[in-house]
Amino acid sequence: MAEELFRLGLHDLHVSLGGKMVPFAGYEMPVQYPAGVMKEHLHTRSAAGLFDVSHMGQVILRPRGSYEALALAFETLMPVDVLGVAEGRQRYGLFTNETGGILDDLMFANRGDHIFVVVNAACKSADLAHMQAHLSDDAEVIAVTDRGLLALQGPLAEAALARLIPGVAAMRFMDVAILPWQGVDLWISRSGYTGEDGYEISVPDARLRGFAEALLDQPEVMPIGLGARDSLRLEAGLCLYGHDIDTTTSPVEAGLTWAIQKARRAGGARAGGFPGAARILQELADGPDRKRVGLRPEGRAPMREHTDLFSPDGTPVGEVTSGGFGPSVGGPIAIGYVARAFATPDAGLEGEVRGKRLPVTVADMPFHPTTYKR
Amino acid sequence: MKYTKDHEWLRVEGDVVVVGITEHAATALGDVVFIELPEVETVVAEGDEVCVIESVKAASDILAPLDGEITEINTKLVDNPSLVNEDPTGAAWFFKIRIDDMSVLDALMDEDEYNDLIG
Repeated sequence: MAEELFRLGLHDLHVSLGGKMVPFAGYEMPVQYPAGVMKEHLHTRSAAGLFDVSHMGQVILRPRGSYEALALAFETLMPVDVLGVAEGRQRYGLFTNETGGILDDLMFANRGDHIFVVVNAACKSADLAHMQAHLSDDAEVIAVTDRGLLALQGPLAEAALARLIPGVAAMRFMDVAILPWQGVDLWISRSGYTGEDGYEISVPDARLRGFAEALLDQPEVMPIGLGARDSLRLEAGLCLYGHDIDTTTSPVEAGLTWAIQKARRAGGARAGGFPGAARILQELADGPDRKRVGLRPEGRAPMREHTDLFSPDGTPVGEVTSGGFGPSVGGPIAIGYVARAFATPDAGLEGEVRGKRLPVTVADMPFHPTTYKR
Repeated sequence: MKYTKDHEWLRVEGDVVVVGITEHAATALGDVVFIELPEVETVVAEGDEVCVIESVKAASDILAPLDGEITEINTKLVDNPSLVNEDPTGAAWFFKIRIDDMSVLDALMDEDEYNDLIG
């Protein structure tokens, strides 16, 4: 039985730009345009790339009582300091489950009188249900279904976007702002999923095409598909939910301890009190049994997801969770989980590709330096 | 030039057949980043996986179009896989294969038939 796919609001624009549409997370999405993944990737690193990420879930949490009560309620779902996020600032978060695994990763922002959340497309209905089940006493959980989401990423993103909306130039990495464009409010954050400086912009559906076309009219901007979005985030060492993190991986194993602020750790002001706290706090104290690491295959052969990894003496030590070719790196790169003893830079391992064990080295991430405007 | 349903082209060159992939296949694969070639003197049967070709997003195989023996491989592809996107039917040949009976080529598609297939 054929699965019914949702169409993006910009579907016709993608098709007219020559986008090759493929099913992804229940949507028909452009995987690439005629330029191809390699050129789209390199263009984003050198100029500015426009991504349609309208498949992602946008949610507003509007407090029924105080903002503080909502922030504290939100903290019961994540090992993250929500209360400490200042107005106008955004933070990375993750919903954990009772066994310390990850239900989804997300971005949330303090917008003064409410919290704005962006979640992954594949998880959005589950996330909404999860928030409704746990936050409804403290917040109205509102799915935003009348806005699209665009990302403009790359070193020239600021120049291109500031021509339309001058106010964005003053924003710093992880700032959020509501700024007007031709009479409508755009919800803007200075963040993204490529390792580059850039913005994510939530636009009312009725103006989405006009705004996207205004961006594409800028000389720096080229449309970028999901293929390059994946190679860009891989080079930046960023996790892809359902691959590098899932319900079995803890945030500590995933190397996301930077997302667990001091307030939520042992001895912190609001230590624990999130699902899976026992495992997560224990792993923070003792170290996890396995860790997410960067991997650099030595030859040219990419090591794709599920490539088994072995120590030099042939013992299985883990597997690749994302892997491919890094256009800016100029060679194959991968992310995977390995046993703790091997989770150190320069550790030599082997990955089994088509029956052959090929050398691969544990490497620092990101593979390509990030250029966030802090 | 003859064509297979697996989007390979075959060109007779003396007593061997030169094999590559069509422009249609190269475009569908996207930017090629890795190629693994068979060893010279390998004896192959039709349908054997003889080459690996990986683009930025995915890996695929090239199958031996006929029974025969690999006589030469294009090692330039190993160092410069993007040649497949630049010149798929020329410089980016993959291997040469010696076959016993050239008449088996008659069963393959000619250009018109191949264009109908991808049309």
